[in-house]
Amino acid sequence: MFKYLPHTEHDIKEMLQVIGVSDINDLFHEIPQSLKNLDLDVPSSHSELEIHRRFDELAAKNRKLIPFVGAGAYDHYTPSIIRHLIERQEYLTSYTPYQPEISQGTLQYIFEFQSIVTELTGMDVANASMYDGATATAEAMFMATGAKRRNKILVSSTVNPNIKQVIATYAHYRGLEVAFVAEQDGITDAADFLAKNDKDVAGLIVQSPNFYGIIEDVGQFRAPLDETKGLLIVNSDLASLSILKTPGEQGADIAVGDAQSLGVPLQYGGPYIGYLATTSKLMRKMPGRICGVTRDADGKRAFVLTLQAREQHIRRDKANSNICSNQSLLALFVTIYSTVMGKQGVVEAQQKSHDATAHLAQRLIATGQFEAAFDRPFFKDVALRSKLSPEVIESTCIEHGFLGPLWLGRYDDNLADVFLFGATEKRTKDEIDAFVGIWEVR
Amino acid sequence: MYYDKLIFEISTPGRKGYSLPDTGIPAAPIDASLQRTAPAELPEVSELETLRHYTNVSFKNFGIEKGFYPLGSCTMKYNPKINQDIANREAFQIHPLQPASTVQGMLEIYYETQRILSELSGLDTFTLNSYAGAHGELVGLMIMKKYHEDRGDLKRTKVIVPDSAHGTNPASATVAGFESVEVKSNKDGTVHIEDLKQVLGDDIAGIMLTNPNTVGMFEKDILAIAELVHEAGGLLYYDGANLNPLLGVARPGDMGFDIMHINLHKTFSTPHGGGGPGSGPVGVKAFLADYLPRPVVKKENDQYTIDYDAPDAIGQISHFFGNIGVVVKAYTYLLTVGKEHFSEVGKFSVLNANYIKESLKDLYELPIDDICKHEFVFNGLKDKSAHVTTLDVAKRLLDYDVHPPTIYFPLVFKEALMIEPPETESKQTIDQFIAIMRKVAEEAKTDPDLVKGAPYTTVVRRLDEAQAARNPIVKYRDLT
Amino acid sequence: MSKIVKGLYYTNTHEWVKVEDGFAYIGITDYAQESLGEIVFVELPEEETAVEAGEEFGAIESVKAASDIISPVTGTIVVVNDELEDSPELLNEDPYENWIVKVDLEDETELNKLLNADEYEDICE
Repeated sequence: MFKYLPHTEHDIKEMLQVIGVSDINDLFHEIPQSLKNLDLDVPSSHSELEIHRRFDELAAKNRKLIPFVGAGAYDHYTPSIIRHLIERQEYLTSYTPYQPEISQGTLQYIFEFQSIVTELTGMDVANASMYDGATATAEAMFMATGAKRRNKILVSSTVNPNIKQVIATYAHYRGLEVAFVAEQDGITDAADFLAKNDKDVAGLIVQSPNFYGIIEDVGQFRAPLDETKGLLIVNSDLASLSILKTPGEQGADIAVGDAQSLGVPLQYGGPYIGYLATTSKLMRKMPGRICGVTRDADGKRAFVLTLQAREQHIRRDKANSNICSNQSLLALFVTIYSTVMGKQGVVEAQQKSHDATAHLAQRLIATGQFEAAFDRPFFKDVALRSKLSPEVIESTCIEHGFLGPLWLGRYDDNLADVFLFGATEKRTKDEIDAFVGIWEVR
Repeated sequence: MYYDKLIFEISTPGRKGYSLPDTGIPAAPIDASLQRTAPAELPEVSELETLRHYTNVSFKNFGIEKGFYPLGSCTMKYNPKINQDIANREAFQIHPLQPASTVQGMLEIYYETQRILSELSGLDTFTLNSYAGAHGELVGLMIMKKYHEDRGDLKRTKVIVPDSAHGTNPASATVAGFESVEVKSNKDGTVHIEDLKQVLGDDIAGIMLTNPNTVGMFEKDILAIAELVHEAGGLLYYDGANLNPLLGVARPGDMGFDIMHINLHKTFSTPHGGGGPGSGPVGVKAFLADYLPRPVVKKENDQYTIDYDAPDAIGQISHFFGNIGVVVKAYTYLLTVGKEHFSEVGKFSVLNANYIKESLKDLYELPIDDICKHEFVFNGLKDKSAHVTTLDVAKRLLDYDVHPPTIYFPLVFKEALMIEPPETESKQTIDQFIAIMRKVAEEAKTDPDLVKGAPYTTVVRRLDEAQAARNPIVKYRDLT
Repeated sequence: MSKIVKGLYYTNTHEWVKVEDGFAYIGITDYAQESLGEIVFVELPEEETAVEAGEEFGAIESVKAASDIISPVTGTIVVVNDELEDSPELLNEDPYENWIVKVDLEDETELNKLLNADEYEDICE
């Protein structure tokens, strides 16, 4: 007997009798014999105690560093209550809410999540949810090319290179054309955009705060896009929009990005959660799940998945997106974070992250080893130049227990001396002192 | 006491549920011109109010620890608690940009999980970067496309999808830039070989198959199908949604499949979370290994490395390494089940399905009366004289605290009721379910209106779905 | 048995065409609305768009299904029935009274390729 499998010999015998076969292997009679008789080279069964020992061993092979980098994954504080709530079996073990009468819990938090995303982005409607910020941006591209029936999309060069890679991959296989808009001194080159924008362009994808942490003026692209009837797609770290001008205020048609920085732990890159929000006009072109309000047979307010005719299980090959299971539990995570931190707390965590990043940059520049790469307002990532080699910076940081900056020469030869730093509200003054101290003594 | 508030409806201006330390770091004001004009109206509640709200909201959900969840094609097996404890370990809460030398434990989990999945499936290498089943399908089809592209075989623009396939299959084909070609099923739900031969040609990139298929039948001619497709120059894609019954019994790789995805949130016990996070690892045969997406985790001389460049890769399909937190849970499960018990998982799920099928087929219409695998499909009640539909039966089951089976899928049967009882369910539970299904069938005969009006005991009754779609209210502000 | 109106033209994709003064009014049949169920949204084209016979120009969504609207004729859409924007259920209530678009026909002889009521009835059986 094995703890996850309750059948006794007696049960099996009784059940086989009802089925009318004598041996459980008879239930696999139609599978060609040549495919059976496996001898698998897999680990043997571990008891719970052995599992803990095995993972103690694996845990010891990781060295957790204190991060002084964000670049798309931000080390924010997670209030204790969130784990307790999201691990309730009602949330954790349930399926997609296709049976609304017994899924009002999931449906209600999805509705609350949509409300929170629309508050933060200033958009009319949000879905729940996308895999991550990168794939959400690629889906926004599909939405634009689908809605506009145009095959070309413009992408600013200041978008995070990982997101650009995902966009390029999705576009290539679907047969879409991606053209990159040049950057000028850390921001999107508006002149290059105007030169490349025309009536074949379905939309422009820009990021703000961009990859370098710089807050861009994305609103300037609205008018030229109106002339060519293209869509403005703005990628933002969702939490930063608690302070910064929203995509909605700047005339975006689609707002996308990652919501990880609303308290989702780093967990080595995932699960995180992407979001996608848009205008009422484009609502029915949106991918993913949407929850709406209705009434039940007794007139009671109730929630239900709606506008499902957009989705793969109905449209099949005519669906504009194939998304099915996404990151629902993370939507709950973000919803609870936004609730318990609340109207003030989300802003405070983000402002303190900005304060820490600004302080870090100033202190690092004061060591004489670093200088600002761009003279522009940034949020919680900041690009600094240094004559130190990336290898020296990385190894020195690790030696002192820190995860240092991301070396941008990895993505662009022109940025071979540029490093992307970042800090959050979790970094203490002592940690920053210690980190800066490394560079002072050199 | 029925709780029906939204979090916004208990919000009180000025109330707080958090505390952050004073860091002593000087404030760095952001220029007002860069700031939003009005604050986001997020809730303002205390910590206890937050807990009470989301606890009360949770009571309106059904979960695996509450009751039986025979949802076809979803494999709602027990989600072990130990998996969660392991994934929550502080040692795994690491920034994804940490250098490989500092995350050897993380990379070992990644590498070992993909190795065990390879062994169980018969494919040679896996990426774990894909986030869910549909994402895996997309990645697999991208690999299929690049394989043909690299051989200069550019006319292969079509992918064959059986009519009984999951909706994601044709949708993924479209998103990957293919046209899908439907092939009809035989009466027993298996692929119609003559029909298949008709469509095979030099414009076919490959075929997507679910095996056992969505009506729970194993494609017994799979070896012949594989030969036909390969002869025509196409590749075979395996939709792993239905892998559970074959676990430890037979392997897609040995059947001739070249590419597949696995749903860790189905076969390998990671929780569905109300619709994710899932994880959809994609496996390929060795000749396609270089196409797996970046970043690639490798093992070289007992050291684990990360290849961010992988020049032949299809590209990048995720920001980092996928839902690695989900992978940790699946790895825990793989180690727990182990060599000794994998085949029991497959066999007991099949035993359960056949037992239910045989125990109910006198009252429910069984269009395919044969040994099934882990799931099977009834075409509604056998006695349709009272016009009680599959929807009515499903809603009535709610009153008996059972999660209804999957309904109206697959599309090949009009009143489809698709039942999948995972291996973690005991005979007692299954017998109870059978008794309830029989009772509902009886009610449909004696008091059809009772069934048509169900449910009665749930927190809400049947909903007006048309109203929700005609006049979409999709956020709190729309209500006020 | 769903309703079929004599004197209209039909397609095998369940659209009807009524011709008046060189203009074609296009709608969906009773059979179509019945199989779709409760219609919740009609995706309408913009006025002054050119359509070609056999090409889709919009879509109809119900709670559980979606269907493209295929133009039976070639021409230019001159008027769109805006009422359907707010009241898509009109197509359920009376599919023959509520047309979807009015098209300025390019070539009236094209109508000969369409089905008559009797031929359409055979398809629906």
